Amino acid sequence: MTDNAHTDTTRRRFLGGAATAVAGLALAPGVLLHKVAQARPADEPVSSAVRWGMLIDTNKCAKGCSDCVNACAKEHGLTGHGRPQTDAQWIRSVDLRDKQTGYTQTLPLLCQHCEHPPCVDVCPTGASFKRADGIVLVDKHICIGCRYCMMACPYKARSFVHETIDDQLPHSPRGKGTVESCTFCVERVDTGRTPACVEACKAENHNAMIFGDMNDPASEISKQLKKYNSRQIRADLELNTGVRYRGI
Amino acid sequence: MPNVMIKSGLLSLLAVAVIWVPALARAGDSLLPDVPEAQRRVSETQGCVEPTADMRRNHMKYILHQRDETMHLGIRTKQHSLEECINCHVSSARDAPRASSEQHFCNSCHTYAAVNIDCFECHADRPVAASGKLSMTPASLTVHAQTDEKPHAMLPGNNQVMATEGINHD
Amino acid sequence: MKQQIQFMEIDGGPRFYSLLGAIGLFVLAGLAAAFYMEHNGHYVTGMSNQIVWGTPHVFAVFLIVAASGALNVASISSVFGKTPYKPLARLSGLLAIALLVGGLAVLVLDLGRPDRLIVAMTKYNFKSIFAWNIFLYTGFMAVVGVYLWMMMERRMNRFTTVSGFFAFVWRLILTTGTGSIFGFLVARQAYDSALMAPMFVIMSFSFGLAIFILVLMAACKWSERPLGDAILFRLKNLLGVFIASVLYFVMVYHLTNLYITENHGVERFILLDGGIYTQLFWIVQVLIGSLLPIILLYLPFTGKSRGWIGIACALAILGGLAQMYIIIIGGQAYPLEMFPGKEVISSFFDGGINSYTPSLPEVVLGIGGVAIALAAVFVGIRVLRFLPTSLADELVDPHYSTDKAAA
Repeated sequence: MTDNAHTDTTRRRFLGGAATAVAGLALAPGVLLHKVAQARPADEPVSSAVRWGMLIDTNKCAKGCSDCVNACAKEHGLTGHGRPQTDAQWIRSVDLRDKQTGYTQTLPLLCQHCEHPPCVDVCPTGASFKRADGIVLVDKHICIGCRYCMMACPYKARSFVHETIDDQLPHSPRGKGTVESCTFCVERVDTGRTPACVEACKAENHNAMIFGDMNDPASEISKQLKKYNSRQIRADLELNTGVRYRGI
Repeated sequence: MPNVMIKSGLLSLLAVAVIWVPALARAGDSLLPDVPEAQRRVSETQGCVEPTADMRRNHMKYILHQRDETMHLGIRTKQHSLEECINCHVSSARDAPRASSEQHFCNSCHTYAAVNIDCFECHADRPVAASGKLSMTPASLTVHAQTDEKPHAMLPGNNQVMATEGINHD
Repeated sequence: MKQQIQFMEIDGGPRFYSLLGAIGLFVLAGLAAAFYMEHNGHYVTGMSNQIVWGTPHVFAVFLIVAASGALNVASISSVFGKTPYKPLARLSGLLAIALLVGGLAVLVLDLGRPDRLIVAMTKYNFKSIFAWNIFLYTGFMAVVGVYLWMMMERRMNRFTTVSGFFAFVWRLILTTGTGSIFGFLVARQAYDSALMAPMFVIMSFSFGLAIFILVLMAACKWSERPLGDAILFRLKNLLGVFIASVLYFVMVYHLTNLYITENHGVERFILLDGGIYTQLFWIVQVLIGSLLPIILLYLPFTGKSRGWIGIACALAILGGLAQMYIIIIGGQAYPLEMFPGKEVISSFFDGGINSYTPSLPEVVLGIGGVAIALAAVFVGIRVLRFLPTSLADELVDPHYSTDKAAA
């Protein structure tokens, strides 16, 4: 059963056998071949030559589909506590309905990984920061839990950890009293893989999400962005988001 | 964690005392920490990723340095990563001692040295195979842990994850 | 010839200690509430991922704003040279520091990781208004501390004006910084306005003075020291002007938003159909927190009665807290405008009005901050000479012999 095979690779990957993991993930060859070419040596720092970005084609997002959301919860161990007001959501499915025309659509909303992130501007300690490759993260080691970034984020992308958490996953540390949000699955990206949500979307054959280097003209995302019109949410703020949408 | 940084100074002082702990431990003094054996050696000649005496004195510096490099620069070498420390020094048995226990590798000595760390408020305190969250994937439980515990019992009411599993099983 | 103003510590004794003990109980309750919140995590409060700043922040920002306002009485004497206010300058400085300490305590104890306060002191992101405020707040205490020293040490008196001027400028910058915490937030409809900074400055005048008058009346009453009508009436007349000024700024803020179509939603929410926020705005902030105290302060009958002046001050404080509640919590209750022209629904409460109910630990923590401020003032006037032995008209009022009715 595919279930077994999949989880087995998951385990081995965590145990440190990167090569094994790559072989196991050959289930999605297209994604991998492309990504492996970009993989950066483990001892090399990220560079601003790369700008990671995501393109979401909302025309391909079915109402009620939550494959990306579930993949994220699974990847990062985001188990709820039955308290929707305070439970963390790094990516969520949003339904829109035009007030004038009645047109409805669905899209996933996550941290937009802005080039000029308001959360980074307001963070008093510098815990909120943007990596050279454009990924916006929270350094939870120096986050004091003031939540000013949550006040400042125009996308409501961040969650505050409202309770003690046990049994975190080794690659996704989370803890009470700090703020967190989508990391673009940075631990995957650093080893040449795509974020869990994108992988899941592709695996389920929706193909609504593309992840890649927006600075590389040869990347799939750059080609698509150049060829088709896309939009940033709250483009008026001129934040130059890393997540772009088609169909909104 | 700067907490750790401040305390690391204190620890350096205490390290002097800790260095000869194993010698005394062999002498059978029950007050001294009983530090669990690592799962494996890094090589035939060397136990840990740095000489043991150096690790006892400076492990926090290595870990903190690596922490900032990984967090901000995306450097993911394994030699000084906390995850690898845990993978080697903590048993992956399901009933292995947790970070709060004096039998846990880190806490065995930190309790003795009266050092309070907050690493494990966020970080996994045991290797991934033992981590409870992996039980989210029912297969991993049956394959590795050989437990008859119901996998869903580990999921405190998360509909989203349940839904994923439903889809997978279909 | 006029007598010199004398300053003296208040008496100790059972009365002092029982009152201090009573205040201390509130401080302890506040600390216990903070511990409870931190131990369990913030899910035990009314705060959530939607309303990330709650009642503790209402109290904290109120106290911090009031702190800079409390210094005004000293500024009026040192900077603007109004001698009748001079005997009050020391108490004004003490109250300013005390209120700031109380407000900061609440703010810090509400952090997700208050144990990492040292991080906030050692790591700075200088683009953050919060980071500037850390310097502005700690600097304020130092600056006012020096100012008090110049006032209280006879040999240093000649520097009083200079240090007072410096403290006055500092406090204006401080309140500008506090208002900018909200003013610079581009994400939310209710904030993102340059008007926030000056509005917070004028709010500080009003809140700070209202608290100052109450503290002054209470201190004089309990220590049985005379407080003449002349100085009290000056203060209360000034308070009336300040309350009216706040109302003016509130009016301009809303008029501006009402003219801009994209802000109609949030204005409708606050002014018309926002439920508790609308009620708080019209009934508590405008009616009983602003208009009523102005009437009470200026009506010939109530304006000359100490009881009514005290009530007017209390109402102004209540109105101020309501205003803070509307700004901080109302501003977050209104959803983020991400998709103009669209109805938005999600499992993360996008697009809807966010609900918030203050929880007991939050309120107790907030009151604990007030108690810390009061305790600091109380201990301060006990151990050092902040309070004049008499503020009777013949000592304070420059027009005493000629025109008793001068106000």
